[in-house]
Amino acid sequence: MSARRLVAAALAALLLAAPASAHLVQTGFGAFYDGLAHLVLTPADLLSVLGLGLLAGLCGKETARATMFPLALAWLAGCLVGASFPAGGELAAPCALSVVLCGLLVALRAPLARRAAGALALAVGLLHGYADGATIRPPDALTLAGASLCAFVLVTLTAAFVVELREGAARLAVRVAGSWIAAVGLLMLGWELRGTP
Amino acid sequence: MSALALLAHDETGAAAGLLAGLRHPISGADHVLAMLAVGVWGAQLGAPYVWALPVAFPMVMALGGMLGLVGVALPGVELGIALSALVLGALVVAEARPPVWVAAGIVGLFALFHGHAHGTELPAGTSGVLYSVGFVVSTGTLHALGIALGLLHRFERGRLVLRGAGAVVAAGGAYFLWEALA
Repeated sequence: MSARRLVAAALAALLLAAPASAHLVQTGFGAFYDGLAHLVLTPADLLSVLGLGLLAGLCGKETARATMFPLALAWLAGCLVGASFPAGGELAAPCALSVVLCGLLVALRAPLARRAAGALALAVGLLHGYADGATIRPPDALTLAGASLCAFVLVTLTAAFVVELREGAARLAVRVAGSWIAAVGLLMLGWELRGTP
Repeated sequence: MSALALLAHDETGAAAGLLAGLRHPISGADHVLAMLAVGVWGAQLGAPYVWALPVAFPMVMALGGMLGLVGVALPGVELGIALSALVLGALVVAEARPPVWVAAGIVGLFALFHGHAHGTELPAGTSGVLYSVGFVVSTGTLHALGIALGLLHRFERGRLVLRGAGAVVAAGGAYFLWEALA
């Protein structure tokens, strides 16, 4: 899939979205940490970031570098747009699809070029960031920054961990993890189509 | 005599969903035997089977789960699950080595039935997403256990043990098939 198509698909998902209803986990440590916790405790956000990190790591250092910053910046931009124009809303199905896509690419060990990986990171960041911005209440700037920074740290650590893996078995384990992520994403999509209990 | 009253409660919501998901694949011997057999068969055959089968299984299983969730009926789910243990056990006994895509297709076909069963059996009042995470992790762990058992294949006697284990799985599958048909 070309970079333009990925971005177009993400934008289309934003435009076609229906209203949302979510709330923020209160950690008691302040708005910034509430944002961090939100990303870690939201399965779709966490799995997409981990999937992207695994993929970037499998594709090598250059691709990993091309993924980290676009993801975090797009996440923050998406958060700000979502917080300012939260009319979008129920993005669970597109977010689940992004989890499937990231997991599938890891399982297939898709050899993404730097540009394609960067475009994928942009699309994932915009989509999930928008969903966070539109649903986190109150949309405090520190909370949104916390979520974006958490995405950056997670994708960086995951990619760095995978880049360092040399053993074939360890890299195969990464692909298996990708298939688990894709599987959970598919089931998340099923729950959305059915109506999550 | 001096103990205070116990105040305990059942898990609900997210915790119950995750626990139910983790528990579901290990709650039935039919699931457990088939999952272990997938791992053992992959380990017997080595690369690329050892990773292709555990990668194919969860994804197709999730597809089956999704079909179950959205209400698409799949005929003969219990038969399919029983057959999976019978066929996979027989493949382990025979150390059959079909082309990778055929092996992945066989495993994928059976994964559809297992996933459909998981997808339609969510306990009421639990988190569906975390239930899904739980049963994917549990299934994958059973595969990993099967692969670990399959490491015995390096040894002469280990191969015999694995074939014997395959025969046990196949016998279990025959029993479940009998039960499903009865």
